[in-house]
Amino acid sequence: MKYVTEYRDAGLAKTVAGAIVREADAGRQYHFMEFCGGHTHAIFRYGVQDLMPKNVHFVHGPGCPVCVLPVNRIDDAVELAERHGVILCSYGDMMRVPGTKQRSLIRAKADGADIRLVYSTLDALKIARENPDRQVVFFAIGFETTTPPSAVALKMAKAEGLANFTLFCNHVLTPPAIGHILESPEVRELGVVKIDGFLGPSHVSSVIGSDPYAWFAEEFRKPVVIAGFEPLDVMQSTLMLIRQVNEGRHEVENEYTRVVTRQGNLKAQTLVAEVFELRQSFEWRGLGTVPYSALRIREAFAEFDAEKRFALTPKQAREVKSCECPSILRGVKKPTDCKLFGTTCTPENPIGSCMVSSEGACAAYWTYGRFRDGQPRVAEAAE
Amino acid sequence: MNEPGHPRAPGRAIDMTHGAGGKAGEQLIGSIFRKHFSNPFLDQGDDGAALGEVAGRLVMTTDGHVVAPLFFPGGDIGRLAVAGTVNDLAVMGAVPRFLTASFILEEGFPIDDLERIVISMAATAREAGAQIVAGDTKVVERGKADGVFIALTGLGVAPDAVAPSGSKARPGDAILVSGTMGDHGVAILSKRENLDFETEIVSDCQPLADLAQAMFAVVPGIRVMRDPTRGGLAATLNEIAHQSGVGMALIEAEIPIDPGVAAACELLGLDPLNIANEGKLLAICSAEDAERLLDAMRRHPRGRRAAIIGRVVEDRALLVTMRTAFGGSRVVDWIAGEQLPRIC
Repeated sequence: MKYVTEYRDAGLAKTVAGAIVREADAGRQYHFMEFCGGHTHAIFRYGVQDLMPKNVHFVHGPGCPVCVLPVNRIDDAVELAERHGVILCSYGDMMRVPGTKQRSLIRAKADGADIRLVYSTLDALKIARENPDRQVVFFAIGFETTTPPSAVALKMAKAEGLANFTLFCNHVLTPPAIGHILESPEVRELGVVKIDGFLGPSHVSSVIGSDPYAWFAEEFRKPVVIAGFEPLDVMQSTLMLIRQVNEGRHEVENEYTRVVTRQGNLKAQTLVAEVFELRQSFEWRGLGTVPYSALRIREAFAEFDAEKRFALTPKQAREVKSCECPSILRGVKKPTDCKLFGTTCTPENPIGSCMVSSEGACAAYWTYGRFRDGQPRVAEAAE
Repeated sequence: MNEPGHPRAPGRAIDMTHGAGGKAGEQLIGSIFRKHFSNPFLDQGDDGAALGEVAGRLVMTTDGHVVAPLFFPGGDIGRLAVAGTVNDLAVMGAVPRFLTASFILEEGFPIDDLERIVISMAATAREAGAQIVAGDTKVVERGKADGVFIALTGLGVAPDAVAPSGSKARPGDAILVSGTMGDHGVAILSKRENLDFETEIVSDCQPLADLAQAMFAVVPGIRVMRDPTRGGLAATLNEIAHQSGVGMALIEAEIPIDPGVAAACELLGLDPLNIANEGKLLAICSAEDAERLLDAMRRHPRGRRAAIIGRVVEDRALLVTMRTAFGGSRVVDWIAGEQLPRIC
């Protein structure tokens, strides 16, 4: 796999790890939040933490699209499939996220709802074409990365006059969420969450560019390094953050130059702007209501808006009280701080969304990192 | 009823009369099943096969097959069914001898496809040294099945000296695999609807009794042998860890993975260690036997890419962990939920 294996090279990893050990000031602690679940996943899957000195900590952020979707939106999706009799097309990760009373799409499917797992918006369009007498709804979720394909789907549906297709829009935006975390009392006043800098999103930044991060690097005096999703990217970016902290800088730097530019993908941005507009506010699981942090479908495409076509009943969503997902998503708690973690909540039987997605902090901890609770003995055992 | 020149079953598709116990069904059996599976036991034509005396310890298994699509790169449901059943016997140290096959056919299923499947089953059984000695056919209405489902039962004979079990892994033992991981699952995925990526990945679907026998011949004391099918290597190792009350420590760089499979998994966000194999063996043996066993595997055509991938360790948490190729470490877990339905 060209252009992938180079970024997983153990020899280079050792070199960067050596530089980090040399340059990290042993007299201080470094806390860096990786916003994206993709980074969380990479850190655990490749065991990046093992190559870090003890005073460099990763704080896991809320950048997992499945995790931040509030329960009432999942309940809405279940309602669409069950009460409105549509064919609901969903990305696989969403299927197992529990809604109110642990009702998930996969349970609704087992009970007879027509829910189809798709890998792209094009699959959903295909299903709509093949079932002209059925209403087909695409359950759109995700950050700026998955928004352009949704925009394309809506434009295609409109061009084709695909009258039975609608999109249930849950697209959210990264910069407002990061700003929200930095403005939270836990970070600003209480000092519960220590953040010395950010590993900035990689795929999201390929769309929006690195410029949108400039204001909070400045406003909050926190360095941001846009980092690729491969383990070497994470390590190199961590080194860059350590250097900024050591030198008292707070700039936006770009480690992921092979993909990300300052302006981002202008074509994708134009496309998204043509189809979507800002929502005044949107509820995030964990973060609460965040102003101007999500998108909705513009009036020109209203006929393809599932929220307009179907009368969704208002929800009284209920979270499981003892589930710590909300605090984990803010970086206030670690998965192991949750009483449910690994006891009643496991990937087989997830109680909270963070245990469902492979990008969720709980799932990553459990699936790849749970030996860390005890004695990490794999390194010597494998030799 | 197996006289030469027996008329071909009427029509080109299975209809309800083929399962009704009348002449149509008998013609189907004669022109397809008995024709291709023919052997002295089946040809008795009775309700059961009288096998006579069998010397040795009997090992028996059963396996149902519902794979979609029915035909895929490197195999089909027939080859898969025979290989799957035979391999369950092989990993018990048994020489597969007899198989029975039960077919659930959907009304409208093309008879030509059925014959292709039956020919493939016959060839795979020959390859494995086993005979299909009894069978059954049922037809269900259109929509009540998906083409054809096949269930097989297998009977094999194992020498007393050979008794591997998932409960016998001990700290210090070596873990070996006979080749690349994840080929079957990715080959199936590549043919599935909604996943139109081009790939030349071929299923590893094959009977492994000869390879298993070659391994037991060199190291009769192999402690554990398994074929890592659904859930892949990760599921199989976790099962053994729990059965034996041990942990496992793998070395990622030593696990053979086809570059095409690795690339497809990268694209789809899958882990090859979670993906089904249908033609690979996993073995655990004492550290002293490991090199000899590896050598025997590599000398066999079905085990050319065999490798020692790690070792059994003491661990009260019963975890399978891995030194990543990147230089860190992680758990190798069971997969949660259904990743790939109807893979075998």
